[in-house]
Amino acid sequence: MLRFTKKQRQTYEAELLKTTRSKSRFSDVMGRLAKSKLGMVGLAIVVVLVILVIFAPLFTKYDYAAQDYSNRFQYPSMQHIMGTDDYGRDIWARMLYGGRISLLVAVIAVAISMVSGIVLGAVTGYFGGKVDIIICRILDILMAIPALLLAIVISAALGTGVVNTALAVSIGTIPGAARIVRSTVMTIKDQEYVEAAKATGSNNARTIFVHILPNTLPTLIVDSTLRIGGCILGIFGLSFIGLGVQPPTPEWGSILNVGRQYIRTFWPMTVYPSLMIALVMFGFNLLGDGLRDALDPKLKN
Amino acid sequence: MGEMIRVRHLKKYFDTPAGKLHAVDDVNFTINEGETLGVVGESGCGKSTLGRVLIRLLDPTDGEVLYKGQDISKSTRKESRDLRRDMQIIFQDPFSSLNPRMTVSQLIGDPLKAYRIYKTKNERTERTLELMDTVGLARRFADSYPHELDGGRRQRIGIARALSLNPRFIVCDEPVSALDVSIQAQVLNLLQDLQEAQGLTYMFITHDLSVVKHISNDILVMYTGTMVEKCSSDDLFELPLHPYTKGLLSAIPIPSLEQKRTRVVMRGEISSPIEPKPGCRFMPRCPYATEICRTQFPQYEEILPNHFVSCHNVREINKL
Repeated sequence: MLRFTKKQRQTYEAELLKTTRSKSRFSDVMGRLAKSKLGMVGLAIVVVLVILVIFAPLFTKYDYAAQDYSNRFQYPSMQHIMGTDDYGRDIWARMLYGGRISLLVAVIAVAISMVSGIVLGAVTGYFGGKVDIIICRILDILMAIPALLLAIVISAALGTGVVNTALAVSIGTIPGAARIVRSTVMTIKDQEYVEAAKATGSNNARTIFVHILPNTLPTLIVDSTLRIGGCILGIFGLSFIGLGVQPPTPEWGSILNVGRQYIRTFWPMTVYPSLMIALVMFGFNLLGDGLRDALDPKLKN
Repeated sequence: MGEMIRVRHLKKYFDTPAGKLHAVDDVNFTINEGETLGVVGESGCGKSTLGRVLIRLLDPTDGEVLYKGQDISKSTRKESRDLRRDMQIIFQDPFSSLNPRMTVSQLIGDPLKAYRIYKTKNERTERTLELMDTVGLARRFADSYPHELDGGRRQRIGIARALSLNPRFIVCDEPVSALDVSIQAQVLNLLQDLQEAQGLTYMFITHDLSVVKHISNDILVMYTGTMVEKCSSDDLFELPLHPYTKGLLSAIPIPSLEQKRTRVVMRGEISSPIEPKPGCRFMPRCPYATEICRTQFPQYEEILPNHFVSCHNVREINKL
């Protein structure tokens, strides 16, 4: 009869232990993200753009505000890879520095909208009742106003600037975020494992933060990456009509606005900002889809 | 052994658009320490609601639940939080009762974390691994996610989680009905071993009569929220007194070709638990129903020693 000695059993058990997961949660998710090709493309686009705008001085020798009237409306060449604008400024430099503002404002706006969306959505979805009715009606009122109109009103009231623009854009998106969180929380709170959490002594806050919100993550992440796109568009919209960041600070929306005047005669001023906007949206959407799959532990293969 | 749980006139009604749903209606029983009360009944008869009211996952509409002589049905939030350490529940579905984003060790350690029982993470991990040993779950699954394991192992996670706070009383809400038959036996044996080793008291909710016979000291039979009969497990199978119990028991299939028996066939449907009519709930299906059954709710009486039945005509039916 086969019997293990104590030593043999210990080595066997050690072998078995090796088969378990040793990686952290984060590297686990990144590993799965790496398997999705489109997700990686999205990640690459976003990372490259972020590096470009953060280290902008490394990628261009021009000052985004330096005017050069002898070189107005230059088409792309070796000197100016995207050409120059109506003041003779290098468009590539303006794209890089402008992206800083666009992305920063977008991130702040999404952060504001997600944090307030999560808080409002979790409270209304989890507790229900009167709290739910009151908060939801207030959100309905906000929702009834077109987002861009709301943003225009807020930025007209608060004035321009990075934080004010972010606030103006995000407030219009809070009701949408809150509703998505609310509906997700409502489905999850009826699951048996939430009941089990309550039975094992989790108070309301713990139940929400430890047991419910992590399970809303896939929805929230996809939603927030799509929302970044929406926020960027909103910011461009505000700058386009002159309410966003003020000149001479470059911003993709305002560059586009100026370029609009020359659209029939000089294409680089409209095409490049539009391409950048499209690229950013594309990158965040792909990344969002990839992350959703990577964050779901059930979709292993 | 002393009395652990005493339930008096317990009622739980739910508000529905059609009226009040009487999920649990005037239920009375006691459970002694270290014993198992089996609760049987058809789907939707209020078994699970009863279990949840007992450990205060739901608030009772009326009545009392005494735990070691203390009324817990009206305790404050803090008191009932302390009580949860003594009273736990094992859920029916090992798929939906485990948070899919937590690993096995996180799931088992969660109650310990919620009550901040251990100061350091190492102590908690040590306790979690001990619990895994207790329920026969190999330690190498500590970092697995529940969806990677089979039903039996998942149910063991649920049991370990319930045990983590060292409870005295556990409501087992159909813990084996979602499992394969071969695994059912393993889990039942585990529950019995744990009961012997730790002196646990169980309330075992099930619709499977063979399971309940295997594990219970006493059995409570429910029908649309009301209690029909309560007696020791042996008595129930030897001498069922209530017409509903008779019908229920005669429906158990016996794997024998020779044995012929007369089956009590129940006709009709379960009457709706929403705003029920006065009188006995079982009356529309009862072959022995008389006029009094139509008008009066039957009292719950001790017909034989430790054998409680609620039926107006129980003496006539059984010629006692």
